Amino acid sequence: MSINSRIADDQPESFAFSAESKKAIKTILAKYPKDRKASAVIPLLDLAQRQHDNWIPMKAIEAIAETLEMAEIRVLEVATFYTMFNLRPVGKYFIQLCGTTPCWLRGSDDVTRCIHDKIGIKSGETSADGKFSLLEVECLGACVNAPMVQINDDYYEDLDYETTAELIERLSRDDVPPAGSVQGRQGSQPLPGPTSLENVTSFPKTAKKTQSASGKAQKSKAQDGGV
Amino acid sequence: MLADQDRIFTNIYGWESAGLTAAKKRGDWAGTAKLMKKGHDAVIEEVKSSGLRGRGGAGFPTGLKWSFMPKEVKDRPHYLVVNADESEPGTCKDRDILRHEPHKLIEGCLLAGFAMRANAGYIYIRGEFVNEAMALQKAIDEAYAAGLLGKNAAKSGWDFDLYVHRGAGAYICGEETALLESLEGRKGQPRLKPPFPAGVGLYGCPTTVNNVETIAVVPTIMRRGGAWFAGLGREGNTGSKLFCISGHVNNPCNVEEEMGIPLRELIEKHAGGVRGGWDNLLAVIPGGSSTPLMPKSVCDDMLMDFDSLKNAGTGLGTAGIIVMDKSTDIIQAIARISYFYKHESCGQCTPCREGTGWMYRMMDRLVRGDADVSEIDVLHDVTKQVEGHTICALGDAAAWPIQGLIKHFRPEIEDRIAARKAAAVAE
Repeated sequence: MSINSRIADDQPESFAFSAESKKAIKTILAKYPKDRKASAVIPLLDLAQRQHDNWIPMKAIEAIAETLEMAEIRVLEVATFYTMFNLRPVGKYFIQLCGTTPCWLRGSDDVTRCIHDKIGIKSGETSADGKFSLLEVECLGACVNAPMVQINDDYYEDLDYETTAELIERLSRDDVPPAGSVQGRQGSQPLPGPTSLENVTSFPKTAKKTQSASGKAQKSKAQDGGV
Repeated sequence: MLADQDRIFTNIYGWESAGLTAAKKRGDWAGTAKLMKKGHDAVIEEVKSSGLRGRGGAGFPTGLKWSFMPKEVKDRPHYLVVNADESEPGTCKDRDILRHEPHKLIEGCLLAGFAMRANAGYIYIRGEFVNEAMALQKAIDEAYAAGLLGKNAAKSGWDFDLYVHRGAGAYICGEETALLESLEGRKGQPRLKPPFPAGVGLYGCPTTVNNVETIAVVPTIMRRGGAWFAGLGREGNTGSKLFCISGHVNNPCNVEEEMGIPLRELIEKHAGGVRGGWDNLLAVIPGGSSTPLMPKSVCDDMLMDFDSLKNAGTGLGTAGIIVMDKSTDIIQAIARISYFYKHESCGQCTPCREGTGWMYRMMDRLVRGDADVSEIDVLHDVTKQVEGHTICALGDAAAWPIQGLIKHFRPEIEDRIAARKAAAVAE
């Protein structure tokens, strides 16, 4: 993709890191040796994007360059090299659809078709109301839960046409479903139930069953686990 | 089949909390300081004796890799870097360690860092794994609060700091020197080797880069002994391994199994078999997208380990197994992989930058049969000119799947070309 098509024409007049972001910058910089501030460029681009409606204006590139004592072009080249940085606005729900072979084999084309049917957008487009953007991306690393999409920070897995339609319907009402398998599968275990670890004594017996409950129960479980 | 008492990752599916209290109940952090008392080199020797080979794809002996680090810390500090940039299509095992077993990884970092005389480690995690990075960070915070990291980590007398660094969406950063470039704040473009990272790595300092799974199995190896690990699997291919079984199986899943398990047993025991039965199998990509596919005839008796798969002209790679049944358009399946490599080429070396695009466009024509039969040989020739002529292995990874396709499915490609020609004549 050429640089021109990636950088928004309409740019805000200014950008400044919020007080909260400034605090986060301190924590981030403490991770790297004092004379290696450039190491923080990806974390700071991420921070700017989170602060600014999921896209990075050019003024933020300038602010990061100043903070990290880098040339602006060095920050911009990093921002354009990595696919997660949006240099133009995206929808409120940014759908990144995995279309690589493991997802394709399990029906990612159906997911693409459903999104086109329901929202009317193709990869690289944003809906007229600014609510949804779609981008076909490369392998997101959830291949045994294929096909899947990432919406903002969360993975939605084990999709098909119908469950994708439900997902979109809920999001269009701003009712964000819990992340994870839409079939209620626990992590990456086989859907009907585990085929291993039956005899691990340190486990309470009750915890071994496949979690058939809704994704909600799963999310709370994940939160106990430290997410 | 691996016995449950020999499984390392007992919480791989996240049945229990990933937190410190639950992790300790599972045996993590038990007597860590005692394991370190034997000294730096004793840890390396124990890992060497286990026969552990790197779980990131290349299968290089881990203990040997660690022994390349300088024996004394001089003017430059040593670094441990953990490669959690899991992006190879078909691979999703490290994700489960990061979100469900983070303390195995953190304890492994302390042991590995100690072995190679590093006082700091960075875990480079792919940017898309936001929730996984949060789970890991939470576990690291817990470890600091409990005195297991930081000054006198786990009361071992060794200082060790551990940091999480998120990437931002670039497959190439899974290549160790591209990862280091990225961690230093630049585009992820691989460095020329030599110098190797053990001499000149992160910030110009001695560095070892290891895969998540490699590091996460180290505490268990240290506790149960290298001999225990070496007793699993086959000679030269020891231990247990996380396998990811995706594609046309009834129940796709991740599972820990013994190295050298027959492919058919693995798929039928854990993944509910091939969709439509074993005889409906067309081909398997055994170790992530870069490894050449195997037709069913090769799959029938295949053992899943480094050497067996290498002898069959493919590789164990990351053990990301992609199963394709007879309904698969095998040419399109490989063409999609070619598109992946075209998308992910960093653009540094001409053979890869130009070659991956050219190979994808050619593959796209083969999907439609829009080619001449002689062009199959031209394509094969181009893959050979890309392979081995680039700084990193991405060029090879783009070439191998196509070579595998031509080797095993040339008649299908020719048939499609003939069918298109016949259709054109009929019109």
